[in-house]
Amino acid sequence: MKKQRLIIRTVILLVLGAAVIYTLYANFTKDDNPEIEVGKKAPDFVLTDLNGEKYRLSDFEGKGVLLNFWATWCPPCEREMPYLEQQYQKYNDEGIQVLTINVGEATVTIREFIERHNLTFPVLNDKNQEVLTAYGVEPLPITFLIDKDGIIKKIHKGEIINEAVIADMAKEIKP
Amino acid sequence: MKEVKCECGHVNPHGTVLCESCGITLIEEKAQGKLHDMRYEGSARRSQTYNKTIIDKIWNFFSSVKVGVWLIVVTLIASALGTILPQEMYIPTIMTPAEYYEDQYGWFGKLYYQLGFHNLYSSWWYLVFIASIGVSLVICSIDRVVPLYRALKTQRVTRHDSFLKRQRLFGITHAENIDETFEKVKGNLRAKRYSIREEDGNILAEKGRFSRWGPYVNHCGLIIFLIGGMLRFVPGMYIDDIVWIREGETKLIPETDGQYYLENKGFTLEVYDKDKDNQAFSEAIENAGMVAKNYQSDVILYKKIGDSVAGEEAKLEKVKEYDIRVNEPLKFEGFALYQTEYKLDELSSMSFNLVNKSENEPLGNLKIDLNEPETKYDLGNGYSVEIMSYFPDFEFNDDGEPRTKSRVPNNPAFVFKMLTPDKPDGEISFVAIQQTVEPFGDNEYQMKFAGIETKDVSGLTVRKDLTLWLFAVGGFIFMVGVAQGAYWNHRRIWIRRKDNEIWVSGHTNKNWHGLKREIGMILDGSGIHEPEDQLQDE
Repeated sequence: MKKQRLIIRTVILLVLGAAVIYTLYANFTKDDNPEIEVGKKAPDFVLTDLNGEKYRLSDFEGKGVLLNFWATWCPPCEREMPYLEQQYQKYNDEGIQVLTINVGEATVTIREFIERHNLTFPVLNDKNQEVLTAYGVEPLPITFLIDKDGIIKKIHKGEIINEAVIADMAKEIKP
Repeated sequence: MKEVKCECGHVNPHGTVLCESCGITLIEEKAQGKLHDMRYEGSARRSQTYNKTIIDKIWNFFSSVKVGVWLIVVTLIASALGTILPQEMYIPTIMTPAEYYEDQYGWFGKLYYQLGFHNLYSSWWYLVFIASIGVSLVICSIDRVVPLYRALKTQRVTRHDSFLKRQRLFGITHAENIDETFEKVKGNLRAKRYSIREEDGNILAEKGRFSRWGPYVNHCGLIIFLIGGMLRFVPGMYIDDIVWIREGETKLIPETDGQYYLENKGFTLEVYDKDKDNQAFSEAIENAGMVAKNYQSDVILYKKIGDSVAGEEAKLEKVKEYDIRVNEPLKFEGFALYQTEYKLDELSSMSFNLVNKSENEPLGNLKIDLNEPETKYDLGNGYSVEIMSYFPDFEFNDDGEPRTKSRVPNNPAFVFKMLTPDKPDGEISFVAIQQTVEPFGDNEYQMKFAGIETKDVSGLTVRKDLTLWLFAVGGFIFMVGVAQGAYWNHRRIWIRRKDNEIWVSGHTNKNWHGLKREIGMILDGSGIHEPEDQLQDE
């Protein structure tokens, strides 16, 4: 009798507690895109760079991909560009591809930015913001680390403040 | 904890004040008054009896109605606090919330922001309060409905003298012909739709017991309501997003898994015309200035066919055309697109004439698409213009360099290179709205502003709500509970024979006047005196 009461009360309290905790948890993660999280497959996309060359994410399977979203009007994006550029060649030899996606600005604006910063890595233009929508990008900059199987290994929100950050990222996705 | 065996033989749970069966007083100190406290039938609300383990302590905390009422009061006060200043989602995005609140509302705004009231309704502590009300509701209900059900189910017809005496309505009549009188009364009771139970010649007449369940049915409705609110947090159950589409543009609708696209054929804002619309309102229209009559986006919905990936040109199949107006959303597959916002006259293209300053004669015209300008415009006859830089939303940064604030052409500015037969190396000119800078001295040629084109932009809410039916069901059950508890009364009349006396007691959970009148009618002509209201005697 006494035991039964304790069990019933415990079960009811556990169910209620679980509902409350779930609600709180869901409330704090509600802004995150459920499709995009560490451990899930990165959504495939096809975008062209300014020279009209097509890039398809799935073509890079077998290599790690550092996928960076940026805009010319975003100062932290501008500050992290030199680090990406410096590391691009080095990691390219180690099997890591750097891909950057502009949020769909005018070609003229992007080209001028590329020339000013002497960028050599692929810059893709998401003209219709479809990839942006698919990856739930907000705010800029944001960097996704995708391993050789196309799985998201890490999401770095905000600025890449030095080379060491990139080195840490690279470790995760080195094939 | 021991159970209590009553002298009538019934075994009551520990903590029972009045025996569930015969009604005798089991705990004397809890039944001191002249009349019994009949709430919950003197049953053992379990919360008040066991207090051993931590589980019991939590249970007892939430089981208290006092705690429940306080939770509601505190939540009400908190909810009111959230309405003093606008919540974060409603403030303009011109500055950060921290700056905005202080700037607009001074020290109070700053405090409001620091206390986190700018995002009150999704703050963890607010949710904890709401959730606690839910927990309290469940536990209070379980803790009361179970013993109440038991007590009402086990109640015996023959109640103990002390129980009958301490009912609010009670009376004793000396009678000779008891059997005959009882038959008559029983007939009257039946006519009043009482259900009658008899035992040893005593009568218990009862009706409307189901009204006692009203509050608990009501709570079930509330809990379903809360579950509906909780489900809104489950991914995919509730979507509330916005999509901005320029006229002529086709865009992917967010949250549709890349499946649906929408083309905006045109946005219309109609206003009332004092000459054309109902004359009665012409004065009002004149006073108010512009009065909106209609906001409308004419759209075409497309579904993607094939499995192209993001960024790839998708094959689209037209699903339907629709004119979205306020309260007339476009509905498809659980989604609804509502007309919620608009932006009139966003710049879409700018035209310039290339002129020789001394002659002021146009040498050629170029029209620049502000969302995707060309790099080079060939004007013929050896004249051409290159765009070296483009700032769609131009401003000077802190270092005095031109930059753009966004990709939206709110304030376009260009660096042009004008190539002409007599200046083959080109002349450079910075052109913004109403502003021309020639960084390398006087130019011979000039880009002369020739006109703009604009487009409207529609802001549509993308809404999906799979929880709405739960709110409807919860609300309905809530109202059923209210009606059940409010419009029906649980009335009981005990008629007991004791030697040559007839004892009559009456109890109801509400509307004592109605019960008294009814007993009056039932006993009329039977020779039994109407029981007295012991509360009124005092």
